[in-house]
Amino acid sequence: MQLKNIKAQMTLATCTLLQIAAPSAQAEENEWDIDTAILFYNEGDSRVSAIEPAIYAGRELGDDQRIDLRLVVDVLTGATPNGAHPAPVAQTFTTPSGKDSYTVDPGDNPIDDTFRDTRVAFGADWEIGLDRLSRLTLGGNLSNEYDYQSLGLSATYARDFNDRNTTLSAAVGLSSDTIEAEGGIPSELLPMVVEGGSMNREGADEDKTITDFMIGITQVISRNTIMQLNLSLGTTDGYQNDPFKIVTVVDPATGLPATGAASAFFDTSTTGNLPYVYERRPDTRDRTVLYFKTVHHLDEDVINFSYRFYDDDWEITSHTFDLRYRYELKDSYLQPHIRFYAQDAAEFYTHNLQLGTDVDPTSGAVSANYASNDYRLAESETLTLGLKYGIPLGNDSELSFRGEFISQTVDDGSVPAGEETPDLDAIILQVNYSLVW
Amino acid sequence: MRLISIVSMLVFLSACSSLGVQPWERDLLAKDSMQLVPDYLDNFYDEHIYFSKEASVGGQGVGGGGCGCN
Repeated sequence: MQLKNIKAQMTLATCTLLQIAAPSAQAEENEWDIDTAILFYNEGDSRVSAIEPAIYAGRELGDDQRIDLRLVVDVLTGATPNGAHPAPVAQTFTTPSGKDSYTVDPGDNPIDDTFRDTRVAFGADWEIGLDRLSRLTLGGNLSNEYDYQSLGLSATYARDFNDRNTTLSAAVGLSSDTIEAEGGIPSELLPMVVEGGSMNREGADEDKTITDFMIGITQVISRNTIMQLNLSLGTTDGYQNDPFKIVTVVDPATGLPATGAASAFFDTSTTGNLPYVYERRPDTRDRTVLYFKTVHHLDEDVINFSYRFYDDDWEITSHTFDLRYRYELKDSYLQPHIRFYAQDAAEFYTHNLQLGTDVDPTSGAVSANYASNDYRLAESETLTLGLKYGIPLGNDSELSFRGEFISQTVDDGSVPAGEETPDLDAIILQVNYSLVW
Repeated sequence: MRLISIVSMLVFLSACSSLGVQPWERDLLAKDSMQLVPDYLDNFYDEHIYFSKEASVGGQGVGGGGCGCN
């Protein structure tokens, strides 16, 4: 029993350093810990729906080694905002392929309903005990979808001190991602063109590299409290645009998307140019993340709380609070969950570009270096409320059900009524089954 | 910001030597529900969902899988 406790403790100290942390080791050697789940995700207003089956399997290998494997499939359908804002007039856009178009009614959120994708992601972690108190974990992630591939590698070193009450860790992660946009990579800050025209494209694919360093400490405070503090520094280099996102060019005289009346460049009947330009983001992004977590055991129940502070050089700062309370019932448990997230806007986030001041009416040249109206870079808040119900089935297996409601609100600043970025509501339904095999 | 973070971590670390439990006092800490990440796949899904809807990423570790969703 004592050995098992120490093993669980070591696993806890080591594996939580990984982004996708391994669960506690309950299986004996030669047995697999298996966790399976299926998640249904649905956004309102005909936006994204997803079905995501996932499986995790982990086991001890002997000689102080352990392996953890995971596989997830995302099947996505629905529609995603294209970046243009709602307007009092009908708006027509060209699909990413350039071969088709779609029209959005006055006042409606411009969403591209050609969005459809399937993603398969596989990951593995191999933990190697180096000596009695230290261990190394090597990790790999491979992800593939229709237009995006990612290969990630990581290494984490962890060492226990202070009768294994303190664990210090250092980790490095490297990821190389490639995007092959449908129809080619759009030319930054150049206009969307009517369907069948000569699209503004440059090349078929782009790359980016993500590098992360982290140091962390996990500390047992008392018999019923443990805490963790991580500091991460990361940088992303390369192409970071969302190639399918555009920004509306507005005629300040009318407040509407620019037309030929105000700009020869945006006279669609002669030039084919629509009053929307493809976004452009900086090609470097440096971030600092501080993450704190504590788990506390009451008489029967357990509180799990975390706080994350995030700051990057796109001038986005965010705060994330997450609280789960496991309420023990006679032979099962209920776990309410609340999460609150708030972020500032990126410095180049803009609701629109103004003809004359931001965009030259004759040449169409955009004076700003960067511009994006991606709602994920706007000032926003997200509130999540959830409830989980779990039923242990014997010593080694458990069935659980989770439902969550996500509400995201975006603050565009002062924009005309009816042109605000719509709020987003989403629900999550999930079923888990775990076992030892 | 980085300086504050590093100083906080050092203060936290220096206080650690007086904290902790004896090996025979780890009964509660060894429970599944007391792990820092008690629900592996819940955490996995949440990281992925919020990565695709918000501008922030990371904190728990390094080496998360990339995705074209953001």
